[in-house]
Amino acid sequence: MNKLLLRAATAMAVMFAAGAAMAEPAVVYDAGGKFDKSFNEAAFNGMEKYKAETGDAYLEFEVQTDAQREQAFRRMAEKGADPIIGIGFSQADALTKVAKEFPDKHFAIIDMVVDLPNVQSIVFSEHEGSFLVGMLASMASKSGKVGFVGGMDIPLIRRFECGYEQGAKYANKDAAVTANMTGTTPAAWNDPTKGTELAKGQFDQGVDVIFAAAGGTGTGVYQAAKDSGKFAIGVDSNQNYLHPGTMLTSMVKRVDVAVYNSAKAAKDGSWKAGVTVMDLAHEGVGWALDDNNKSLITDDMKAKVDAAKADIISGKIKVHDYMADNACTY
Amino acid sequence: MSARPSQLPRWIEIGLLPIINVLMALVVAGLILWTIGANPFEAIAILVEGAFGSGYGWGYTLYYATSFIFTGLAVSVAFHAGLFNIGGEGQAYIGGLGAGVVALAFDNLLPAPVLVPLAILAAAAFGAAWAIVPAYLQAYRGSHIVITTIMFNFLAAALMVYLLVDVFRDPGQMSTQSRTFTENATLPEMATAFGWVGIKISSTPLNLSLVWALICCVLVEIFIWRSRLGYEIRATGLAPRAAIYAGIKPARVVIIAMAISGALAGSVGVNEILGVQHRLLLEFVAGAGFTGIAVALMGRNHPFGIVLASLLFGALYQGGAELAFEIPTITREMIITIQGLIILFSGALAYMNRPWVERLYLRLVAAKAQGASSHG
Repeated sequence: MNKLLLRAATAMAVMFAAGAAMAEPAVVYDAGGKFDKSFNEAAFNGMEKYKAETGDAYLEFEVQTDAQREQAFRRMAEKGADPIIGIGFSQADALTKVAKEFPDKHFAIIDMVVDLPNVQSIVFSEHEGSFLVGMLASMASKSGKVGFVGGMDIPLIRRFECGYEQGAKYANKDAAVTANMTGTTPAAWNDPTKGTELAKGQFDQGVDVIFAAAGGTGTGVYQAAKDSGKFAIGVDSNQNYLHPGTMLTSMVKRVDVAVYNSAKAAKDGSWKAGVTVMDLAHEGVGWALDDNNKSLITDDMKAKVDAAKADIISGKIKVHDYMADNACTY
Repeated sequence: MSARPSQLPRWIEIGLLPIINVLMALVVAGLILWTIGANPFEAIAILVEGAFGSGYGWGYTLYYATSFIFTGLAVSVAFHAGLFNIGGEGQAYIGGLGAGVVALAFDNLLPAPVLVPLAILAAAAFGAAWAIVPAYLQAYRGSHIVITTIMFNFLAAALMVYLLVDVFRDPGQMSTQSRTFTENATLPEMATAFGWVGIKISSTPLNLSLVWALICCVLVEIFIWRSRLGYEIRATGLAPRAAIYAGIKPARVVIIAMAISGALAGSVGVNEILGVQHRLLLEFVAGAGFTGIAVALMGRNHPFGIVLASLLFGALYQGGAELAFEIPTITREMIITIQGLIILFSGALAYMNRPWVERLYLRLVAAKAQGASSHG
């Protein structure tokens, strides 16, 4: 019976292999899962856009355990997927190993630099985007006190914090910034209860605008802002729609664009390895203005932020990058 | 397990009943797959093919099975002493810490033939130490071992978070993990080992710890059924009062059984840390400690049964991952559901089918005997 089952299964697998022979892109999501409303979901949206525009299917996998990361990349490579895109810095070790085994395949990784001739490393200038929302926070604040809630305490999140602080002080040199990190482990990316607690604590200290760079934890911060009638700023995806009226804006990180570009470039044959920096100039980061928050942003605020944006792009304003020296000095 | 003497032959007890349980689980899983619009037969074919259809599939299946053998043995040894060790997860976690600490401390000093056995011993010793504390509390303070071992899982998790965030993490590194060990502290992959004798198999996480797991099976078999201490453990588990009357000290048995149980669970660290990850990281046990309970239940607490049950669960993990690759509508949550159903039917409901199978069997035997007498 076993043999029969195996034979049937093999026949099935052959059919599948034939169907998957063309080079379709593949994406490996991080542990947060593809519907996290933030980082991974942005990648999912990028792939959906690619699918809608080109009509090509794509492969995807959500990792469940750490051992599966390497398995996922190898499996995608063996199936002939190209390019293979890893979402998040946690994928670096597994992707490095598999990329070395398959030197002919194209790989891409978000938020991390992997120095191999067949890997495209896509990093974002989060400090520049955070600078702009920091300015908006400072200008919208009545108390002159603005807050920051980070997810897991890692250099990447400190980069958000540092940029935000610089922006807040650029708009109002007397602004006070209160910052809290949710935790020190990956669990901090998905702890909305703690997010609410931290936000309420900051509101009690007089803060009236909070920027949450904390993945799923952010939803707790946004809820607290709505309940207290204060402002919150979203992150990664445009989250203005979550609570119109109290969502001041969102610091968008265009993971969707990065993923889409990488897949598209591989299809067109224009794919290049190396580090791609998605900064303000390349529209890789920015702030969201839509129907949900246009009543909160005055023309004066918009003009000032647009001017600062132009100055950052031209190099007139230098935003310090925390990860350059692991310190927030400016 | 039920102490009721079985009227069933061993092939039904060990072979047929588990198969019926797994089939029932697959039927329920199939119904769920059918309702979400996937073809259950296709799904099961992919699952089986993914787990056993290639050298690659076998590699992953056996890699997962290795960890389950360790935790299954751990649960079974404690169970023979009448103890329910729910702490396999934490003991495995701390066992991995032991292996990792030794590896990080000496991987630039000692050569592999010295360091790897040392790290294997450290994994067992750390796991045992983590199990001895609840064992002591049970033996001398009467704190229930189920409660304390569960609490020790949380303590292990908290300790590992502290160590990885504040002690072992490289400065500026974003992932919560230690540096990667040098070659001296790695257990060779099975593909490498086969390469030494000129056989080529595909590269998978499967490593030489499988050999260690199988050796542990033999050692457990000898220890439990052929040694004096093993006899004391079984006697205490079956009839504690009779054991005391026979001069066995139950407190000593509790400590020894739990220490061995913890050492076996800790050996998961050999597979995961020395064999696969080559660095310390968070949550590498990934539920193997809890799966070990189901494995031991299914394997009827016998090493041979545990190997078979581990193979089944290894196949479910590996085949489950293949399912998620092949059929987009089957998400990782759905895979967990299927695995959960199998654990439910073969672990928690292990004896649900026994009464009717027993009745059926006895009726068949009686009918046969009657037929034989009327004709003969």
